[in-house]
Amino acid sequence: MWLGRIGVKEITMKYMLLIYGDEAGMLSASKEAVGQMIAAYGAYTEAVKKAGVYVDSNRLRPTASGTTVRVANGKTEVLDGPYAETKEQLAGYYMIDVPDLDAALSWAARCPGAGHGAIEVRPLWVM
Amino acid sequence: MSREKDQPARAAAEAVARHSYGKLVAFLAARTRDVAGAEDALSDAFAAALADWPSSGIPAIPEAWLMAVARRKMIDAGRRRRNHENAAGHLQLMQEELEAAAASEMQIPDDRLLLMFACAHPAIDPGIRAPMILQTVLGFDAATIASAFLVSPATMGQRLVRAKKKIAQAGIPFRLPERADLRERLAAVLGAIYAAFSEGWSDPAGAEIRRRNLAEEAIWLGRLVASLLPEEPEALGLLALMLHAEARRGARRDSRGEYVPLADQDPPAWNATLIEEAEALLFRASRMGAVGRYQLEAAVQSAHVVRRLTGKSDWAAIERIYDALAMLIDSPVIGINRAIAIAETRGPAAGLTALDALAGDARLADYQPYWAARAGLLARTGAHAAAEEAYERAIGLEADPAVRDFLQQRRAELGGPK
Repeated sequence: MWLGRIGVKEITMKYMLLIYGDEAGMLSASKEAVGQMIAAYGAYTEAVKKAGVYVDSNRLRPTASGTTVRVANGKTEVLDGPYAETKEQLAGYYMIDVPDLDAALSWAARCPGAGHGAIEVRPLWVM
Repeated sequence: MSREKDQPARAAAEAVARHSYGKLVAFLAARTRDVAGAEDALSDAFAAALADWPSSGIPAIPEAWLMAVARRKMIDAGRRRRNHENAAGHLQLMQEELEAAAASEMQIPDDRLLLMFACAHPAIDPGIRAPMILQTVLGFDAATIASAFLVSPATMGQRLVRAKKKIAQAGIPFRLPERADLRERLAAVLGAIYAAFSEGWSDPAGAEIRRRNLAEEAIWLGRLVASLLPEEPEALGLLALMLHAEARRGARRDSRGEYVPLADQDPPAWNATLIEEAEALLFRASRMGAVGRYQLEAAVQSAHVVRRLTGKSDWAAIERIYDALAMLIDSPVIGINRAIAIAETRGPAAGLTALDALAGDARLADYQPYWAARAGLLARTGAHAAAEEAYERAIGLEADPAVRDFLQQRRAELGGPK
Protein backbone atom coordinates (compact mmCIF):
# COMPACT_ATOMS: atom_id res chain seq x y z
CA MET A 1 0.00 0.00 0.00
CA TRP A 2 1.03 3.59 0.43
CA LEU A 3 3.21 2.61 3.39
CA GLY A 4 5.39 0.50 1.15
CA ARG A 5 5.62 3.24 -1.45
CA ILE A 6 7.26 5.63 1.00
CA GLY A 7 9.52 2.82 2.24
CA VAL A 8 8.40 2.62 5.85
CA LYS A 9 8.33 -0.67 7.74
CA GLU A 10 4.74 -1.74 8.18
CA ILE A 11 3.42 -1.49 11.72
CA THR A 12 2.62 -4.92 13.18
CA MET A 13 0.97 -6.18 16.33
CA LYS A 14 1.64 -9.21 18.51
CA TYR A 15 -1.21 -11.57 19.29
CA MET A 16 -1.58 -14.61 21.52
CA LEU A 17 -3.49 -17.51 20.02
CA LEU A 18 -4.76 -19.32 23.13
CA ILE A 19 -5.72 -22.88 22.32
CA TYR A 20 -8.66 -24.25 24.30
CA GLY A 21 -9.79 -27.86 24.04
CA ASP A 22 -11.34 -30.84 25.77
CA GLU A 23 -8.35 -32.03 27.79
CA ALA A 24 -9.90 -35.32 28.88
CA GLY A 25 -10.76 -36.13 25.30
CA MET A 26 -7.23 -35.36 24.17
CA LEU A 27 -5.68 -37.47 26.93
CA SER A 28 -7.84 -40.49 26.11
CA ALA A 29 -7.38 -40.26 22.35
CA SER A 30 -6.04 -43.21 20.36
CA LYS A 31 -2.40 -43.37 19.32
CA GLU A 32 -3.39 -42.73 15.71
CA ALA A 33 -5.38 -39.63 16.64
CA VAL A 34 -2.53 -38.32 18.74
CA GLY A 35 -0.08 -38.96 15.93
CA GLN A 36 -2.30 -37.07 13.51
CA MET A 37 -2.55 -34.08 15.86
CA ILE A 38 1.22 -33.95 16.35
CA ALA A 39 1.75 -34.03 12.60
CA ALA A 40 -0.88 -31.35 12.06
CA TYR A 41 0.68 -29.05 14.64
CA GLY A 42 4.11 -29.69 13.19
CA ALA A 43 2.93 -28.61 9.76
CA TYR A 44 1.15 -25.59 11.20
CA THR A 45 4.21 -24.41 13.12
CA GLU A 46 6.27 -24.78 9.94
CA ALA A 47 3.79 -22.65 8.04
CA VAL A 48 3.76 -19.93 10.70
CA LYS A 49 7.55 -19.82 10.72
CA LYS A 50 7.83 -19.80 6.92
CA ALA A 51 5.44 -16.86 6.81
CA GLY A 52 7.81 -14.98 9.09
CA VAL A 53 5.19 -14.28 11.75
CA TYR A 54 6.21 -16.80 14.41
CA VAL A 55 7.32 -15.44 17.78
CA ASP A 56 6.78 -18.33 20.20
CA SER A 57 4.66 -21.40 20.90
CA ASN A 58 4.30 -24.07 23.51
CA ARG A 59 2.12 -26.90 24.59
CA LEU A 60 1.10 -26.85 28.24
CA ARG A 61 1.05 -29.90 30.45
CA PRO A 62 -2.49 -30.95 31.50
CA THR A 63 -4.31 -28.93 34.15
CA ALA A 64 -3.75 -31.63 36.76
CA SER A 65 -0.10 -30.64 36.78
CA GLY A 66 -1.00 -27.04 37.45
CA THR A 67 -0.91 -25.16 40.73
CA THR A 68 -2.75 -21.94 41.51
CA VAL A 69 -1.36 -19.21 43.76
CA ARG A 70 -3.29 -16.36 45.38
CA VAL A 71 -2.04 -13.81 47.88
CA ALA A 72 -4.69 -12.24 50.11
CA ASN A 73 -4.41 -10.41 53.43
CA GLY A 74 -0.70 -11.07 53.48
CA LYS A 75 -1.28 -14.82 53.25
CA THR A 76 -0.11 -16.90 50.31
CA GLU A 77 -2.61 -19.54 49.25
CA VAL A 78 -1.47 -22.44 47.10
CA LEU A 79 -4.02 -24.79 45.57
CA ASP A 80 -3.65 -27.93 43.51
CA GLY A 81 -5.09 -27.61 40.03
CA PRO A 82 -6.00 -24.96 37.44
CA TYR A 83 -7.30 -21.45 38.02
CA ALA A 84 -10.88 -22.49 37.25
CA GLU A 85 -12.84 -25.59 36.37
CA THR A 86 -13.92 -25.04 32.80
CA LYS A 87 -15.58 -27.07 30.06
CA GLU A 88 -12.53 -26.59 27.84
CA GLN A 89 -9.01 -26.11 29.14
CA LEU A 90 -6.04 -24.05 28.02
CA ALA A 91 -3.78 -26.50 26.21
CA GLY A 92 -1.17 -24.31 24.58
CA TYR A 93 -0.45 -21.12 22.71
CA TYR A 94 1.17 -19.46 19.72
CA MET A 95 2.48 -15.91 19.78
CA ILE A 96 2.51 -14.30 16.34
CA ASP A 97 3.49 -10.92 14.95
CA VAL A 98 1.15 -9.78 12.15
CA PRO A 99 -0.17 -6.55 10.58
CA ASP A 100 -3.74 -6.67 11.92
CA LEU A 101 -6.55 -8.67 13.49
CA ASP A 102 -7.65 -10.22 10.20
CA ALA A 103 -4.21 -11.74 9.73
CA ALA A 104 -4.29 -13.09 13.30
CA LEU A 105 -7.80 -14.52 12.79
CA SER A 106 -6.69 -16.16 9.57
CA TRP A 107 -3.83 -17.93 11.38
CA ALA A 108 -6.11 -18.87 14.27
CA ALA A 109 -8.56 -20.51 11.88
CA ARG A 110 -5.79 -22.65 10.44
CA CYS A 111 -4.56 -23.82 13.83
CA PRO A 112 -5.42 -27.52 14.31
CA GLY A 113 -6.99 -26.73 17.71
CA ALA A 114 -9.63 -24.54 16.05
CA GLY A 115 -11.40 -27.60 14.69
CA HIS A 116 -11.57 -29.36 18.07
CA GLY A 117 -12.17 -26.55 20.54
CA ALA A 118 -11.63 -22.82 20.25
CA ILE A 119 -8.81 -20.35 19.74
CA GLU A 120 -8.96 -17.10 21.65
CA VAL A 121 -7.12 -14.31 19.85
CA ARG A 122 -5.80 -11.66 22.25
CA PRO A 123 -3.62 -8.71 21.33
CA LEU A 124 -0.59 -8.09 23.52
CA TRP A 125 -0.48 -4.90 25.53
CA VAL A 126 2.70 -3.24 24.36
CA MET A 127 4.10 -0.83 26.92
CA MET B 1 -21.55 42.82 15.57
CA SER B 2 -18.99 40.03 15.83
CA ARG B 3 -21.86 37.60 15.20
CA GLU B 4 -22.42 39.04 11.72
CA LYS B 5 -18.71 38.85 11.03
CA ASP B 6 -18.72 35.21 12.06
CA GLN B 7 -21.58 34.25 9.78
CA PRO B 8 -19.68 33.49 6.53
CA ALA B 9 -17.08 31.51 8.46
CA ARG B 10 -19.78 29.55 10.27
CA ALA B 11 -21.55 28.85 7.01
CA ALA B 12 -18.32 27.69 5.39
CA ALA B 13 -17.50 25.40 8.31
CA GLU B 14 -21.00 23.95 8.31
CA ALA B 15 -20.80 23.34 4.59
CA VAL B 16 -17.59 21.38 5.00
CA ALA B 17 -19.08 19.44 7.92
CA ARG B 18 -22.18 18.53 5.94
CA HIS B 19 -20.24 17.55 2.89
CA SER B 20 -17.07 16.02 4.27
CA TYR B 21 -17.30 15.15 7.96
CA GLY B 22 -17.37 11.39 7.38
CA LYS B 23 -14.57 11.59 4.83
CA LEU B 24 -12.34 13.49 7.25
CA VAL B 25 -13.02 11.08 10.13
CA ALA B 26 -12.38 8.11 7.85
CA PHE B 27 -9.13 9.57 6.51
CA LEU B 28 -7.72 10.10 10.01
CA ALA B 29 -9.11 6.90 11.53
CA ALA B 30 -7.88 4.70 8.69
CA ARG B 31 -4.31 5.84 9.25
CA THR B 32 -4.25 5.72 13.05
CA ARG B 33 -6.93 3.08 13.83
CA ASP B 34 -8.05 5.56 16.48
CA VAL B 35 -11.66 6.37 15.64
CA ALA B 36 -12.45 8.22 18.87
CA GLY B 37 -9.21 10.19 18.62
CA ALA B 38 -10.01 11.15 15.04
CA GLU B 39 -13.48 12.38 16.03
CA ASP B 40 -12.09 14.41 18.93
CA ALA B 41 -9.33 15.91 16.83
CA LEU B 42 -11.78 16.91 14.12
CA SER B 43 -14.19 18.36 16.63
CA ASP B 44 -11.33 20.51 17.96
CA ALA B 45 -10.38 21.45 14.41
CA PHE B 46 -13.91 22.66 13.65
CA ALA B 47 -13.87 24.69 16.85
CA ALA B 48 -10.55 26.20 15.80
CA ALA B 49 -12.03 27.06 12.39
CA LEU B 50 -14.91 28.93 13.96
CA ALA B 51 -12.46 30.87 16.13
CA ASP B 52 -9.92 31.56 13.38
CA TRP B 53 -11.69 32.00 10.02
CA PRO B 54 -13.70 35.11 10.90
CA SER B 55 -10.48 37.06 11.36
CA SER B 56 -8.04 35.22 9.08
CA GLY B 57 -10.51 34.54 6.30
CA ILE B 58 -11.87 31.27 4.97
CA PRO B 59 -9.00 29.14 3.60
CA ALA B 60 -8.86 28.27 -0.11
CA ILE B 61 -9.22 24.54 0.63
CA PRO B 62 -11.12 24.33 3.93
CA GLU B 63 -10.88 20.49 4.07
CA ALA B 64 -7.08 20.60 3.93
CA TRP B 65 -6.93 23.29 6.64
CA LEU B 66 -9.14 21.23 8.96
CA MET B 67 -7.15 18.09 8.24
CA ALA B 68 -3.84 19.78 9.03
CA VAL B 69 -5.17 21.08 12.36
CA ALA B 70 -6.73 17.73 13.26
CA ARG B 71 -3.49 15.96 12.46
CA ARG B 72 -1.53 18.26 14.77
CA LYS B 73 -4.07 17.68 17.53
CA MET B 74 -3.67 13.92 17.15
CA ILE B 75 0.10 14.24 17.40
CA ASP B 76 -0.28 16.29 20.59
CA ALA B 77 -2.73 13.77 22.03
CA GLY B 78 -0.40 10.91 21.15
CA ARG B 79 2.51 12.65 22.80
CA ARG B 80 0.43 13.15 25.92
CA ARG B 81 -0.46 9.48 25.97
CA ARG B 82 3.22 8.59 25.56
CA ASN B 83 2.54 6.01 22.90
CA HIS B 84 3.50 8.48 20.25
CA GLU B 85 6.02 6.32 18.42
CA ASN B 86 3.59 4.43 16.23
CA ALA B 87 1.24 7.38 15.94
CA ALA B 88 3.98 9.78 14.87
CA GLY B 89 5.02 7.44 12.07
CA HIS B 90 1.46 7.27 10.73
CA LEU B 91 0.91 11.00 11.12
CA GLN B 92 4.14 11.96 9.36
CA LEU B 93 3.13 9.86 6.38
CA MET B 94 -0.31 11.41 6.48
CA GLN B 95 1.24 14.85 6.22
CA GLU B 96 3.25 13.84 3.15
CA GLU B 97 0.13 12.37 1.59
CA LEU B 98 -1.82 15.57 2.29
CA GLU B 99 0.91 17.76 0.81
CA ALA B 100 1.13 15.59 -2.30
CA ALA B 101 -2.64 15.80 -2.69
CA ALA B 102 -2.64 19.57 -2.27
CA ALA B 103 0.22 19.97 -4.75
CA SER B 104 -1.58 18.00 -7.44
CA GLU B 105 -4.98 19.37 -6.41
CA MET B 106 -6.14 15.82 -5.78
CA GLN B 107 -9.04 15.18 -3.49
CA ILE B 108 -8.48 13.81 -0.04
CA PRO B 109 -9.00 10.06 -0.51
CA ASP B 110 -12.40 8.69 0.42
CA ASP B 111 -11.93 5.98 3.05
CA ARG B 112 -15.53 5.90 4.25
CA LEU B 113 -16.04 2.40 2.91
CA LEU B 114 -12.99 1.22 4.88
CA LEU B 115 -14.41 2.88 7.98
CA MET B 116 -17.71 1.07 7.47
CA PHE B 117 -15.96 -2.27 7.05
CA ALA B 118 -14.09 -1.63 10.30
CA CYS B 119 -17.32 -0.74 12.12
CA ALA B 120 -19.01 -3.90 10.82
CA HIS B 121 -16.07 -6.23 11.48
CA PRO B 122 -17.01 -9.65 12.95
CA ALA B 123 -15.09 -8.73 16.11
CA ILE B 124 -17.50 -5.85 16.75
CA ASP B 125 -20.77 -6.61 18.55
CA PRO B 126 -23.52 -6.74 15.87
CA GLY B 127 -25.83 -4.45 17.87
CA ILE B 128 -23.37 -1.54 17.86
CA ARG B 129 -22.34 -1.65 14.19
CA ALA B 130 -25.19 0.47 12.83
CA PRO B 131 -24.90 3.08 15.63
CA MET B 132 -21.15 3.35 15.12
CA ILE B 133 -21.53 3.85 11.37
CA LEU B 134 -24.20 6.49 11.93
CA GLN B 135 -21.94 8.35 14.35
CA THR B 136 -18.60 8.13 12.54
CA VAL B 137 -19.69 8.41 8.91
CA LEU B 138 -22.74 10.64 9.32
CA GLY B 139 -21.79 12.58 12.43
CA PHE B 140 -24.92 11.72 14.43
CA ASP B 141 -24.49 12.35 18.14
CA ALA B 142 -24.91 9.51 20.63
CA ALA B 143 -28.13 10.92 22.10
CA THR B 144 -29.87 11.03 18.72
CA ILE B 145 -28.78 7.51 17.88
CA ALA B 146 -29.82 6.31 21.34
CA SER B 147 -33.35 7.65 20.96
CA ALA B 148 -33.69 6.05 17.55
CA PHE B 149 -32.63 2.64 18.87
CA LEU B 150 -34.61 2.95 22.10
CA VAL B 151 -31.58 2.81 24.37
CA SER B 152 -30.59 5.32 27.04
CA PRO B 153 -28.04 7.93 25.86
CA ALA B 154 -25.61 6.92 28.59
CA THR B 155 -25.75 3.25 27.56
CA MET B 156 -25.34 4.08 23.88
CA GLY B 157 -22.44 6.39 24.69
CA GLN B 158 -20.69 3.67 26.70
CA ARG B 159 -21.20 1.03 24.01
CA LEU B 160 -19.82 3.35 21.34
CA VAL B 161 -16.74 4.12 23.42
CA ARG B 162 -16.14 0.41 23.99
CA ALA B 163 -16.57 -0.48 20.34
CA LYS B 164 -14.14 2.18 19.14
CA LYS B 165 -11.62 1.04 21.73
CA LYS B 166 -11.98 -2.49 20.42
CA ILE B 167 -11.08 -1.32 16.92
CA ALA B 168 -7.90 0.31 18.19
CA GLN B 169 -6.84 -2.31 20.74
CA ALA B 170 -7.61 -5.44 18.74
CA GLY B 171 -6.03 -4.06 15.59
CA ILE B 172 -9.11 -4.18 13.37
CA PRO B 173 -7.85 -3.25 9.90
CA PHE B 174 -9.06 -0.45 7.66
CA ARG B 175 -8.75 -2.42 4.47
CA LEU B 176 -11.05 -3.87 1.88
CA PRO B 177 -11.46 -7.52 2.94
CA GLU B 178 -9.85 -10.25 0.89
CA ARG B 179 -11.88 -11.54 -2.05
CA ALA B 180 -12.85 -14.66 -0.09
CA ASP B 181 -14.23 -12.65 2.83
CA LEU B 182 -15.67 -9.70 0.90
CA ARG B 183 -19.22 -11.00 0.39
CA GLU B 184 -19.61 -11.93 4.05
CA ARG B 185 -18.08 -8.72 5.38
CA LEU B 186 -20.10 -6.64 2.96
CA ALA B 187 -23.21 -8.44 4.22
CA ALA B 188 -22.38 -7.12 7.69
CA VAL B 189 -21.99 -3.55 6.38
CA LEU B 190 -25.26 -3.84 4.47
CA GLY B 191 -26.92 -5.33 7.53
CA ALA B 192 -25.89 -2.32 9.60
CA ILE B 193 -27.23 0.09 7.00
CA TYR B 194 -30.48 -1.88 6.79
CA ALA B 195 -30.78 -1.86 10.60
CA ALA B 196 -30.57 1.92 10.53
CA PHE B 197 -33.13 2.06 7.72
CA SER B 198 -35.53 -0.24 9.60
CA GLU B 199 -35.32 1.94 12.70
CA GLY B 200 -36.19 4.90 10.52
CA TRP B 201 -38.95 2.98 8.81
CA SER B 202 -40.62 2.13 12.12
CA ASP B 203 -42.01 5.65 11.96
CA PRO B 204 -43.49 5.59 8.46
CA ALA B 205 -45.57 8.73 8.90
CA GLY B 206 -42.33 10.55 9.55
CA ALA B 207 -43.93 12.05 12.63
CA GLU B 208 -40.70 11.72 14.51
CA ILE B 209 -38.10 13.82 12.70
CA ARG B 210 -35.15 11.78 13.95
CA ARG B 211 -36.59 8.49 12.73
CA ARG B 212 -37.48 9.82 9.29
CA ASN B 213 -34.03 11.28 8.87
CA LEU B 214 -32.57 7.89 9.78
CA ALA B 215 -34.23 6.27 6.78
CA GLU B 216 -32.96 9.02 4.48
CA GLU B 217 -29.47 8.75 5.90
CA ALA B 218 -29.50 4.98 5.48
CA ILE B 219 -30.43 5.44 1.83
CA TRP B 220 -27.56 7.92 1.50
CA LEU B 221 -25.17 5.32 2.92
CA GLY B 222 -26.67 2.70 0.61
CA ARG B 223 -25.99 4.99 -2.36
CA LEU B 224 -22.44 5.51 -1.16
CA VAL B 225 -21.71 1.79 -0.90
CA ALA B 226 -23.37 1.07 -4.24
CA SER B 227 -21.28 3.78 -5.89
CA LEU B 228 -18.04 2.47 -4.36
CA LEU B 229 -18.80 -1.21 -5.01
CA PRO B 230 -20.87 -1.09 -8.21
CA GLU B 231 -20.07 -4.72 -9.10
CA GLU B 232 -21.50 -6.09 -5.85
CA PRO B 233 -25.10 -7.16 -6.56
CA GLU B 234 -26.18 -7.21 -2.92
CA ALA B 235 -25.14 -3.59 -2.48
CA LEU B 236 -27.36 -2.71 -5.44
CA GLY B 237 -30.08 -5.00 -4.08
CA LEU B 238 -30.16 -3.28 -0.69
CA LEU B 239 -30.39 0.15 -2.28
CA ALA B 240 -33.21 -1.08 -4.52
CA LEU B 241 -35.04 -2.48 -1.49
CA MET B 242 -34.76 0.77 0.46
CA LEU B 243 -35.80 2.89 -2.52
CA HIS B 244 -38.88 0.70 -3.08
CA ALA B 245 -39.93 1.14 0.53
CA GLU B 246 -39.23 4.87 0.41
CA ALA B 247 -41.24 5.21 -2.82
CA ARG B 248 -44.37 4.17 -0.97
CA ARG B 249 -43.85 6.25 2.18
CA GLY B 250 -46.41 8.83 1.09
CA ALA B 251 -49.08 6.18 0.48
CA ARG B 252 -48.91 4.48 3.88
CA ARG B 253 -51.19 7.02 5.51
CA ASP B 254 -54.32 8.52 4.04
CA SER B 255 -55.35 12.18 4.34
CA ARG B 256 -56.84 11.48 7.79
CA GLY B 257 -53.58 9.92 9.02
CA GLU B 258 -55.06 6.41 8.97
CA TYR B 259 -52.98 3.38 8.06
CA VAL B 260 -53.30 2.07 4.50
CA PRO B 261 -52.01 -1.46 3.90
CA LEU B 262 -50.10 -2.14 0.69
CA ALA B 263 -53.00 -3.92 -1.01
CA ASP B 264 -55.22 -0.85 -0.58
CA GLN B 265 -52.66 1.74 -1.62
CA ASP B 266 -53.19 3.85 -4.71
CA PRO B 267 -50.31 3.42 -7.22
CA PRO B 268 -50.37 7.07 -8.30
CA ALA B 269 -49.47 7.91 -4.70
CA TRP B 270 -46.18 6.04 -5.11
CA ASN B 271 -43.01 7.85 -6.15
CA ALA B 272 -42.52 6.62 -9.70
CA THR B 273 -38.99 8.04 -10.01
CA LEU B 274 -37.76 6.08 -7.01
CA ILE B 275 -39.46 2.93 -8.27
CA GLU B 276 -37.82 3.27 -11.69
CA GLU B 277 -34.44 3.79 -10.04
CA ALA B 278 -34.98 0.72 -7.84
CA GLU B 279 -36.00 -1.38 -10.82
CA ALA B 280 -32.93 -0.32 -12.79
CA LEU B 281 -30.66 -1.27 -9.87
CA LEU B 282 -32.36 -4.64 -9.51
CA PHE B 283 -31.97 -5.31 -13.20
CA ARG B 284 -28.25 -4.46 -13.11
CA ALA B 285 -27.77 -6.68 -10.06
CA SER B 286 -29.59 -9.61 -11.64
CA ARG B 287 -27.15 -9.60 -14.57
CA MET B 288 -24.25 -10.23 -12.16
CA GLY B 289 -25.49 -13.72 -11.38
CA ALA B 290 -25.09 -13.79 -7.60
CA VAL B 291 -28.51 -13.76 -5.96
CA GLY B 292 -28.74 -12.76 -2.31
CA ARG B 293 -31.29 -11.81 0.31
CA TYR B 294 -31.47 -8.11 -0.49
CA GLN B 295 -31.99 -8.70 -4.19
CA LEU B 296 -34.74 -11.20 -3.35
CA GLU B 297 -36.45 -8.85 -0.92
CA ALA B 298 -36.25 -6.07 -3.49
CA ALA B 299 -37.72 -8.47 -6.07
CA VAL B 300 -40.72 -9.00 -3.80
CA GLN B 301 -41.24 -5.25 -3.71
CA SER B 302 -40.97 -5.19 -7.46
CA ALA B 303 -43.59 -7.94 -7.81
CA HIS B 304 -45.94 -5.93 -5.59
CA VAL B 305 -45.63 -2.60 -7.36
CA VAL B 306 -46.05 -4.17 -10.78
CA ARG B 307 -49.65 -3.47 -9.81
CA ARG B 308 -49.13 0.06 -11.15
CA LEU B 309 -48.82 -1.48 -14.64
CA THR B 310 -50.96 -4.61 -14.53
CA GLY B 311 -53.54 -3.86 -11.87
CA LYS B 312 -52.47 -6.64 -9.50
CA SER B 313 -49.46 -7.96 -7.57
CA ASP B 314 -47.65 -10.94 -9.08
CA TRP B 315 -48.41 -13.36 -6.23
CA ALA B 316 -47.05 -16.43 -7.97
CA ALA B 317 -43.67 -14.73 -8.33
CA ILE B 318 -43.86 -13.51 -4.73
CA GLU B 319 -44.46 -17.05 -3.47
CA ARG B 320 -41.47 -18.36 -5.46
CA ILE B 321 -39.23 -15.57 -4.16
CA TYR B 322 -40.20 -16.32 -0.57
CA ASP B 323 -39.42 -20.00 -1.19
CA ALA B 324 -35.93 -18.90 -2.19
CA LEU B 325 -35.60 -16.50 0.75
CA ALA B 326 -36.67 -19.25 3.17
CA MET B 327 -33.64 -21.25 2.03
CA LEU B 328 -31.30 -18.32 2.73
CA ILE B 329 -32.68 -16.95 5.95
CA ASP B 330 -34.14 -18.61 8.98
CA SER B 331 -36.67 -15.98 9.90
CA PRO B 332 -40.32 -16.37 10.84
CA VAL B 333 -41.03 -13.15 8.93
CA ILE B 334 -40.19 -14.94 5.69
CA GLY B 335 -42.49 -17.79 6.65
CA ILE B 336 -45.37 -15.45 7.42
CA ASN B 337 -45.04 -13.57 4.16
CA ARG B 338 -44.78 -16.83 2.26
CA ALA B 339 -48.00 -18.04 3.87
CA ILE B 340 -49.73 -14.82 2.83
CA ALA B 341 -48.55 -15.33 -0.74
CA ILE B 342 -49.78 -18.95 -0.72
CA ALA B 343 -53.17 -17.69 0.46
CA GLU B 344 -53.28 -15.62 -2.74
CA THR B 345 -52.14 -18.36 -5.10
CA ARG B 346 -53.92 -21.35 -3.56
CA GLY B 347 -56.56 -19.94 -1.23
CA PRO B 348 -56.73 -18.91 2.45
CA ALA B 349 -56.98 -22.48 3.78
CA ALA B 350 -53.65 -23.36 2.17
CA GLY B 351 -52.19 -20.13 3.54
CA LEU B 352 -53.40 -21.06 7.03
CA THR B 353 -51.79 -24.49 6.74
CA ALA B 354 -48.49 -22.86 5.82
CA LEU B 355 -48.86 -20.47 8.77
CA ASP B 356 -49.64 -23.34 11.15
CA ALA B 357 -46.31 -24.90 10.21
CA LEU B 358 -44.65 -21.93 11.94
CA ALA B 359 -46.71 -22.12 15.11
CA GLY B 360 -43.94 -23.89 17.03
CA ASP B 361 -41.57 -20.93 16.71
CA ALA B 362 -41.39 -19.19 20.10
CA ARG B 363 -40.36 -15.92 18.48
CA LEU B 364 -43.85 -15.51 17.09
CA ALA B 365 -45.71 -15.29 20.39
CA ASP B 366 -44.98 -11.54 20.64
CA TYR B 367 -44.83 -10.80 16.92
CA GLN B 368 -47.74 -8.64 15.80
CA PRO B 369 -47.54 -9.38 12.07
CA TYR B 370 -47.94 -13.10 12.77
CA TRP B 371 -51.18 -12.58 14.66
CA ALA B 372 -52.44 -10.02 12.16
CA ALA B 373 -51.72 -12.42 9.28
CA ARG B 374 -53.34 -15.27 11.15
CA ALA B 375 -56.40 -13.17 11.92
CA GLY B 376 -56.78 -12.14 8.29
CA LEU B 377 -56.57 -15.70 7.00
CA LEU B 378 -58.93 -17.07 9.68
CA ALA B 379 -61.44 -14.37 8.76
CA ARG B 380 -61.24 -15.36 5.10
CA THR B 381 -61.92 -19.01 5.91
CA GLY B 382 -64.95 -17.98 7.97
CA ALA B 383 -63.45 -18.88 11.37
CA HIS B 384 -64.64 -15.63 12.92
CA ALA B 385 -64.25 -16.51 16.59
CA ALA B 386 -60.65 -17.60 16.12
CA ALA B 387 -60.04 -14.54 13.91
CA GLU B 388 -61.33 -12.25 16.63
CA GLU B 389 -58.94 -13.81 19.17
CA ALA B 390 -56.05 -13.40 16.79
CA TYR B 391 -56.92 -9.74 16.12
CA GLU B 392 -57.04 -9.25 19.88
CA ARG B 393 -53.47 -10.58 20.19
CA ALA B 394 -52.26 -8.44 17.29
CA ILE B 395 -53.84 -5.27 18.67
CA GLY B 396 -52.23 -5.88 22.05
CA LEU B 397 -48.82 -6.12 20.42
CA GLU B 398 -49.01 -3.10 18.09
CA ALA B 399 -47.28 0.10 19.17
CA ASP B 400 -48.34 2.30 16.25
CA PRO B 401 -51.78 3.82 17.03
CA ALA B 402 -52.74 4.13 13.37
CA VAL B 403 -52.06 0.44 12.74
CA ARG B 404 -53.91 -0.44 15.96
CA ASP B 405 -56.95 1.50 14.77
CA PHE B 406 -56.81 -0.34 11.47
CA LEU B 407 -56.71 -3.74 13.17
CA GLN B 408 -59.56 -2.77 15.48
CA GLN B 409 -61.59 -1.79 12.47
CA ARG B 410 -60.92 -5.11 10.75
CA ARG B 411 -61.95 -6.92 13.91
CA ALA B 412 -65.17 -4.91 14.12
CA GLU B 413 -65.97 -5.82 10.51
CA LEU B 414 -66.01 -9.49 11.50
CA GLY B 415 -69.42 -9.02 13.15
CA GLY B 416 -70.97 -12.22 14.39
CA PRO B 417 -70.86 -13.52 17.99
CA LYS B 418 -68.75 -11.51 20.45
